[in-house]
Amino acid sequence: MKTYYNPEDLKKFSNVGEFEPNLAKKFFDYYGDVFKDGALTAREKSLIALAVAHTVQCPYCIDAYTVDTLEKGCDEAQLMEAVHVAVAIRGGASLVHSVQMMNKVKEVAM
Amino acid sequence: MTTATKSLKSRHSEFADSYFQLQVISSTAQNGHAHLQFEKKLEESGLYPLRPQKLEIFQINLGKMCNQVCKHCHVDAGPDRKEIMTRETMEQCLIAIRQSGAHTVDLTGGAPEMNPDFRWFVKEISKLGVEKIIVRCNLTIILANKKYHDLPDFFKEHGIEVVSSLPFYNSTRTDAQRGDGVFEKSIQALKMLNQVGYGAEASGLVLNLVYNPSGAFLPPSQSTLEAEYKKRLESHFGIRFNSLFTITNLPISRFLEYLMETGNYSDYMDKLIQAFNPVAAANVMCRNTISVGWDGYIYDCDFNQMLDLKVNHPLQHIADFGKKDIQDRDIIVNQHCYGCTAGAGSSCGGATA
Repeated sequence: MKTYYNPEDLKKFSNVGEFEPNLAKKFFDYYGDVFKDGALTAREKSLIALAVAHTVQCPYCIDAYTVDTLEKGCDEAQLMEAVHVAVAIRGGASLVHSVQMMNKVKEVAM
Repeated sequence: MTTATKSLKSRHSEFADSYFQLQVISSTAQNGHAHLQFEKKLEESGLYPLRPQKLEIFQINLGKMCNQVCKHCHVDAGPDRKEIMTRETMEQCLIAIRQSGAHTVDLTGGAPEMNPDFRWFVKEISKLGVEKIIVRCNLTIILANKKYHDLPDFFKEHGIEVVSSLPFYNSTRTDAQRGDGVFEKSIQALKMLNQVGYGAEASGLVLNLVYNPSGAFLPPSQSTLEAEYKKRLESHFGIRFNSLFTITNLPISRFLEYLMETGNYSDYMDKLIQAFNPVAAANVMCRNTISVGWDGYIYDCDFNQMLDLKVNHPLQHIADFGKKDIQDRDIIVNQHCYGCTAGAGSSCGGATA
């Protein structure tokens, strides 16, 4: 079955170097470094990645970081709380614009 | 994971048959994926054929009988399993332990405490003067019947190192893998062990916990998760323990059934193979351990035991131990061995790399 998102394609991510190896190598080296333990733990970074994956709505990233957070010892409650952080920011970003709407209403309405 | 209620054997599942399991895991292609043979990976690392080193640990399975039916159990243990070690075989084990020079005796099951000769056997092993006796206690057995309530005192009396599975620090994950109510009972049992001194630094009584994933994924970093377990168990329940061992689920028995039934098998094997770590491969437990089954047959490890892969050696029964050097053999490997070599490695003592 043809589909835009094929779960098997996630395993082929590293193949993107086929068309442009130098930039792919730089990206994957950078990517690897980003997720290492640092000022934030690898576990914290994985939860951030899971939240961002939901914000950018990337099915590959959601699959990858659901498993990765489990493999970092997180539980279901922690995964869902991370998603709610993304949801709160995303929803808040819409809602905060209502101030502009209210300003405009007050500007034009009696 | 849904909770199993009966063993594969009593359900007449084809996964109860070790030959069937080997057919499944030996098939190098599943759903179009090619799974590289484990022997080839070992060859690439210069480790094939895999040879034993000095024998240090004598692991004895006292039987498949257990009060729990865990979803991932590689032994296919449960209340409906009646295979247990006889006192005669235990006596043969005692002679072999003395001859072997092994410093550690590791008693497992099932629930080893359910064997009626368990306490006699522990007392006899104590007389041999080995450095360490480990009992793999599933915790709930301590509460299962009045006759087991004094197990913490018995363990203390004989200086037993207790190793207990607690797949997570909450009930959701633990009960999903080990059965409804297991987490709460495990916490009660851990408190009883703490009360007699287990887990306290100065007591010398060692209580180690085991994490294994409740699903088709790899374990976290052992040290990171140990810190998290200690924080959670201390703050929520006042429980102390010494070390956490992270163990990878091997694709055999009930966990293999789970992987196949949920469509996770092929991806899980890919994950194990991709995570192959040559350092973990060099440190696999089968190199310094032998595993004795309830019927006295000898295996390279507990997993080979469950697949009925007896040692590749002319003398395969504990009654013949010592007549010829058991360490002079090639260790039998198959695709399930990827479970012990993935990532930070896995053994009955946790990570190996």
